Parts: sequence; structure tokens; C-alpha cells
Amino acid sequence: MKIIDFIIVEKQSFQRAALLKLKSATQLPEIAGGQFVNVRVDGCDKAYLRRPISIHDVDYQNNTIDLLIQEKHEGTKRLCALPVGAKVNVVLPLGNGFTMPDKDDNILLVGGGIGIAPLLYFAKKCNYLPNVNFLLGGRTQSDLMLLDRFRNEGDVFITTNDGSMGEKGFVTEHSLWNTMKINKIYACGPMPMMKAVAKVAREKGIWCEVSLENQMACGIGACLCCVENTKEGNLCVCKEGPVFNIERLLW
Amino acid sequence: MVKTEIKLKGLTLKNPVMTASGTFGYGEEYADFVDLSELGGIIVKGTTLHHREGNPYPRMAETPMGMLNCVGLQNKGVDYFIETIYPRIRHFDTNVIVNVSGSNIDDYVAAAAKIDALDDIPAIELNVSCPNVKQGGMAFGVTCSGIEQVTKAVREVYHKHLMVKLSPNVTNIAEIALAAEAAGADSVSLINTLLGMAIDAETRKPVLSMVTGGLSGACVKPVALRMVWQVSKAVKIPVIGLGGISSATDAIEFLLAGASAIQIGTANFIDPAISAKVAKGIVEYCERQGVGDVNELVGGMIVG
Repeated sequence: MKIIDFIIVEKQSFQRAALLKLKSATQLPEIAGGQFVNVRVDGCDKAYLRRPISIHDVDYQNNTIDLLIQEKHEGTKRLCALPVGAKVNVVLPLGNGFTMPDKDDNILLVGGGIGIAPLLYFAKKCNYLPNVNFLLGGRTQSDLMLLDRFRNEGDVFITTNDGSMGEKGFVTEHSLWNTMKINKIYACGPMPMMKAVAKVAREKGIWCEVSLENQMACGIGACLCCVENTKEGNLCVCKEGPVFNIERLLW
Repeated sequence: MVKTEIKLKGLTLKNPVMTASGTFGYGEEYADFVDLSELGGIIVKGTTLHHREGNPYPRMAETPMGMLNCVGLQNKGVDYFIETIYPRIRHFDTNVIVNVSGSNIDDYVAAAAKIDALDDIPAIELNVSCPNVKQGGMAFGVTCSGIEQVTKAVREVYHKHLMVKLSPNVTNIAEIALAAEAAGADSVSLINTLLGMAIDAETRKPVLSMVTGGLSGACVKPVALRMVWQVSKAVKIPVIGLGGISSATDAIEFLLAGASAIQIGTANFIDPAISAKVAKGIVEYCERQGVGDVNELVGGMIVG
């Protein structure tokens, strides 16, 4: 783990989110797909603690990381409002990351809302597979950002609750579940979505990992605030997770 | 060359900076960020006689310049500590101090006696001030008779430096400190967290699973500083100050108020490298102010 002062070198704003490209003057540490960073929020008295954010993409040649941040409360709003050139203090990389698939696996990466963010970098890490499938869900079309990036890495299937894009409904209602042969599912998104995906995975007997986002304070396994009650007792989502196989969870 | 060594009874700190229990894991978690040998000591997680799962999630609520927690002393018990963790951390080039808690006096005594047998643990911090456990914890720390009983009982079995961590959730903390001193404490550390709570106005539900929790972080510093000052005037044993310390300047304020050493807690979450920075910053302050020995700062507030 390192603490690095990054500089924002590129920025793209969305309706309630922003994509920040952060450049480091020093070499980036090795980052696994599904790991996250803890970002200090400067100049915001309502954000005392760091904000844990998924790693959306990494470029080791240029020492940049991409963060796709949703404006949720004051802290993330502040981060999304930062201009190009601003300094951002980041602790990284944190957490365990997704388990890499085997060469002959047919994997489905399921993302809901801002939960799509870590799936892009993970898919890039899976470039030894013949194909990667994304199933991305949002409430409405504008929730689904940066689709071209995902299309560059694999086949993209979409659901929206209002039917404004892709199939109407939840990710678990998409028609691909009836036709596609999948043997590994990786999911990140709102808790109800991940629970629904876990239920489908169990019914179909498919191996499944989910990335949790319990509220954190330290991000490195010291404070024990972000625990998930699992079959092995309370585990830190920040250190022992955020990725858990659903067989370890109580849901 | 500024002299930074702090001598407490049976415990020598290379500088006055320690890390507070529950905010620094077992030190290992921070080894990527801090050279542990640059610290006066680390106080590891609250340890109880038996395994504790702690309280349910959610355990944390962010507040302006601080946070509430109700972790509830989650730990795997003193035997697990001795068998699994102690061998990994015993040779750290700093004082490794164990924070000991319990739900009744017998448990405190049993856990303290086991830690007394560990050669490389020079001190314990007796936690009689955790606000997040139903029995024991803070219950012992809010009355003079309670703190006296538990301190006296542990003193009989514990032969090294005995630090007693005080709760701020009392009317007169100096009286409590005097009771700990009379019962055999070698030092007192203060403050533990301030009891607080948070409500989500939209859902009308408490934010924390236990409804109430302990407040820590920069917001508690003025309260902690005042209590350190009051206690240091009342007792003869050394006072270890903590509560919201986030910079070398904060740390120096605690020394001036009467603390012989300090602990850094919640600030470790915001800057995992802060503890070593504070240690360096204290030396820089001394150089700038022409102070040859950090001990000269202790109780050095100039009134009037």
C-alpha cells in the first residue's frame, strides 16, 4: 500500500458522476481487478474521513488511474467538483480484488449503477479469455456511462428499470440468463441487486463473487467498522473483502 | 539534538508519540506507511479474555470533523493474541502495549495475568472506558469505586507498567483519575471516546446498530485537552493525552496541558502516516523554540 499525491489530468462530467484521470509522479503499485482506493477529501468539513472508490482503469505506462465517482453526499460531490490540475491524496491499492477466472471460463460481469466502475479494469485483467460478457443495469439510460469503454473489452448487455435503454427491468430479468452458458459471475452494485444476482447464481448453481461497499473508516482493516457478518464471523470488507464468494456470506 | 525520551515507571518511550488502541490494528496494518521504530509505542486492539464478535453493522457514523463508532471490542481473545499475533509483533522496535478489557473483574484479571507473562509487552492499558459494550467497559470507569476495584484487582496480578484509560463520560474526571492512582495505576491515559449518537432524519432510524456510540476525531480535541489539564493538576502519576490529535501542534498542546506523552487515534484513518510525522514535528517545534528536552514542555502552559 502507498500514499500518493495524484494530479487530476483529465476529467469528464456526467449527470451525477465524474470520471477523473489521476496521474502519479511515482510508479504505481501493482493493482488487482476489484481493488479500491481511499481518497482524502480536502476542504469539506462534512467529509472528515476518506472516501473509498473503485478503481475503474489503470495505465501503468503513464502512471494513471481512472476513478468513476458518483455524487452521493457532500464528500463525493466535492471530489466530482475538483478541476483538472487539482491534487488528490490517495491510499492504494486496498482490498483483495476479484478471483481471476480460469482460461476456459465463461464469465459474466454484472454491474448496477456506479457498481459498473470496477468491472472495466477487471475485464482488462481478464484479457486472456476469448470473451468477457458485461450485464450492466441502471434506473435509466443516463446511469449507464462510458459504454464504449466496456464494449471495447467485451459483449455488453443492458437493462434499465424504465426501459430507456436495453431490456426493461432488473439485471436478473435479462433474457441472457435463459440463453447464455455462464460458469462464473462477478457482481458489483447496490445491495438489493447483488442479493438478487446471488439468488440467481445459487438457483443455477453458478460460482459467484460480489463486491461489497459497507461503510468504512480506515480502509485497511484497523478500525473494524465495515464488517460483514459472514459464515466465518464478522470480516472487514475493506481488508478481507471487498470481494466475497457468496458461499461465505449469510445471504 | 533534541532529547525526546520519556521515562515512565518501567516503560521508556523513545519519544512521546504512541498510537491509540483500536485505530492502529496490531501495527502491521500500518507498516507500509510508518516506520514503527520512529514511534514511542503502539497500543494494540482491545483484547478480552474470550473471543468477542463485537456489535452488528452499522458500526460507524461520520460527524463534522469526527466519527462515531460502536465496534464493541471485536477481538479473538487473549489466547489467540498470545499464540498468533504476539509472535509476529513482539520484536517491533517500539513498545508494544496491549489494551485489556473485560466484562467483569475476573476477566480483566485473567487477561492481564496472561499478558504479564509476555516478555516483550512492557505495559498494558486497562480499558475501563469503552462505551460500546453492555457489561463492564465503561461501567467500571465512571465511578471511583468501580475504577478502584478493577485497577486494584489487576494491579495484584500485573507487575509491569499499568496504564488506566479513562472515560470522559463523567462529571469529574480528576476524581476518577485520583481513584485509579490510589488503586495502583502507574499512569492514566485520556480520553476514551465521548458517548454520542446519530439519527437519519429521512428514515427516522438511528445510524448506529447500538443507537449510541463513541465520538472521536478532531472535534473532541478541546474537551480532551481540558480534561488532560484537569487530571494532570490532580494526580502525581504521568498522564497520557489523547483525543483528536491530528498534528504535531495538537500534540504539543497536550504536552503543555500536562501530558507526558500522547496517543494518536482517529487521525491515523485520515493520514496513515500521521504518527511518525507528529513525532518529527515535535522535534522541529523544539528546535524552533530552543527546547532541548521534550520533557520541558510537559505542563508548560503559561497562564497569565
